[in-house]
Amino acid sequence: MLRKVLYIDLSKEEIWIEERHDLFEQWMGGTGVGIQLLLEECKPGVDSLSPEAPIILSIGPLNGMFPVATKAVATFKSPLTKELGESYAGGRLHLAMRFAGHEAIVIRGRSNQPSYISINDADVKIKDATSVWGIDAQTVGMILRERETGVGRRSIIRIGPAGENLVRFAGVVVDTYRHFGRLGLGASFGSKNLKAMVISGTEHVDIPDPKRYREVYNKIYRETVQTDAMEKYHDIGTSVNINVLNWLKGLPTKNFQSSSFPEAEKISGEMFADNYLFRRLSCAGCPIGCIHIASLKSPFSKHHEFEVRKVSYDYEPIYSLGSNLGVSSAEGVLELIDTCERLGLDVMSAGVVMSWATEAYEHDLITPQDTMGIPLQWSNVKSYRNVLENIAKISNEFYATLGQGVEYASTKYGGQDFAMALGGNEVSGYHTGPASIVGQMVGVRHSHLDNAGYSIDQKAAKKQLDLEQIVDEIIMEDNYRGIFNSLVGCLFARNVYTEENIILALSAVGLEKTSEQLNDLGVKIFQDKYRFKTREGFNISNQRIPKRFYETVSTLGKIDPEIIKEMLMIYKKKRGWP
Amino acid sequence: MPQNSNAKVLPGKAEPTKIEEKSKKKRRLKVAHPERCIGCLGCMFACSRIRRGSVSLQDSAIKILTRGGLEGDFMVVVCRGCKDPPCVRACPNGALERKPDGNIVFHEELCAGCGKCEKSCLIGAISLCKDGKPIKCIHCGACVDFCPHDVLKLEEVLA
Repeated sequence: MLRKVLYIDLSKEEIWIEERHDLFEQWMGGTGVGIQLLLEECKPGVDSLSPEAPIILSIGPLNGMFPVATKAVATFKSPLTKELGESYAGGRLHLAMRFAGHEAIVIRGRSNQPSYISINDADVKIKDATSVWGIDAQTVGMILRERETGVGRRSIIRIGPAGENLVRFAGVVVDTYRHFGRLGLGASFGSKNLKAMVISGTEHVDIPDPKRYREVYNKIYRETVQTDAMEKYHDIGTSVNINVLNWLKGLPTKNFQSSSFPEAEKISGEMFADNYLFRRLSCAGCPIGCIHIASLKSPFSKHHEFEVRKVSYDYEPIYSLGSNLGVSSAEGVLELIDTCERLGLDVMSAGVVMSWATEAYEHDLITPQDTMGIPLQWSNVKSYRNVLENIAKISNEFYATLGQGVEYASTKYGGQDFAMALGGNEVSGYHTGPASIVGQMVGVRHSHLDNAGYSIDQKAAKKQLDLEQIVDEIIMEDNYRGIFNSLVGCLFARNVYTEENIILALSAVGLEKTSEQLNDLGVKIFQDKYRFKTREGFNISNQRIPKRFYETVSTLGKIDPEIIKEMLMIYKKKRGWP
Repeated sequence: MPQNSNAKVLPGKAEPTKIEEKSKKKRRLKVAHPERCIGCLGCMFACSRIRRGSVSLQDSAIKILTRGGLEGDFMVVVCRGCKDPPCVRACPNGALERKPDGNIVFHEELCAGCGKCEKSCLIGAISLCKDGKPIKCIHCGACVDFCPHDVLKLEEVLA
């Protein structure tokens, strides 16, 4: 296996490659390697938008080698939370990095002028992007496709105007429809004058024992396509959860004022699948094809003339731009998702920021002068689209404030009780109970995907779990995901990648690991991430929990603040924290 | 022509690909439903994995191309098994030979790696591997078993 790190210094315009066997042997790849490189590269306390803050992209030993090991991870200092930035993207980036021969890419410095990076195997160039600066994320992809080589095996990742303008929750669009969405990697790109990266390669990977490799591949492939381990993602997709969570009273509605949405049916996964879904796609190397693409057809004249947009949807964007904003039409949701895609905004943070702003507008904390006359009202799609555009453009002081996230905006305008962020990150779409809240608080990147607290809550709804058991589950997931995210697998396949299958797959590519070694690694990765977080000022003991969480009924009923306090205490004790 | 023993059918597919050995008949890979492709590239990985024992996109005889990125349509490129194959005609050294049954045999020792075969094929179904020698579809069907959407089909045609 190639064990190379590609270094690109945009300030000095220097490019070099280092063999880092030590790093990959000890830390496997993906997030394990990512956090080590961040600790090496990022000095304590640097401004997240300064040239001193690096961007690290990494893949792991299973990428390109086994089904559904389809993710690449970005590690950086988050412009949103000012501590650990970690985001995962599917698509083709993992494959392009594998075949270009770079398991990790470190980007340092800042370019003098708008630039993009072109990587073709070991041929790496920093190119002028002046003429595409300001262009939306979708169009710049089209332009670079024509300019660069590697059709069918490349990956094009790029930012939109929001990233250029340093909106703190701007994302990076990966290969159209996939994203490094969360925690503001788009702003990090923008701060480096980096518009895009085009990566392709022609390397191949030799396998120690091809027969053995084929056997293990077949086993994992069979389990992926035949068992029901991934059925949910195959059929209706993640959006099947809209109806499920609505029924369970776990679907955040109108900024978490309610946990069920009377009009959920109209924006349900079933509604999208029956009426708007026209195509499914997969990330390279995944037979499931969970990327659901809707066709949004809107007339622009009375003479049967239509604009047709192809928009990918999932559960989280439908929550954040749908139920949480009171938007009850599928077209409205698609229109807002498409707007975020073009501007290069993270849909989840964008939705939560706007839901807070709507409520703050109702309470007169925000005035029509602030919004430049745009009425902030539930379900008003046209207003929300204008707000998104103004955030990306930073049209005035109010929109500049919104662009720094809901945590910051609520310290300035008030309304902290309903500013729905945990650890400084806008929350995900689950009001399922205490495990979801605690899980997002303690998680390394304050995401529902750190430890799937929402899923533990749903388990607790079916069978009695005491607080200690819930905390144990959170810790187990925290640690396991550190390993799985080092491979780097798609979390949708977590039921396929049991510990046994992980050990088999690693062995088939020549890496012998025991169960004990893996568990040990999972804990170490978690600890090193916390080392970075603490160094940058994160302290679990003084985290704000929005009161709204306690006011609205969840799947597990009303949540008692004392329960959260107790769970945090148990968690800290088990982690050995003061 | 030696059939690839690894091209076994994985259970779970709608119907196993049945090949009945009959004289005067041969197997041909066909793109049955290109519009069902989801771009997983499973077929390309199957080809390089099963034929070459490597993990590679370049070492694959079948190719999935994008037209206009993932927003556009996929193009599935496979060898059509021409009656008068331009790739055979283009080779100055006779490294590609068409047998009476229509199969094309590649004599690696005669190949100089000039790439004329690649240029001769209008649909791009023959291409050079990393080692500079062409990879040519042998219609073994290894890829068929790893297509989750029945885009590909192995069918019998008269020789």
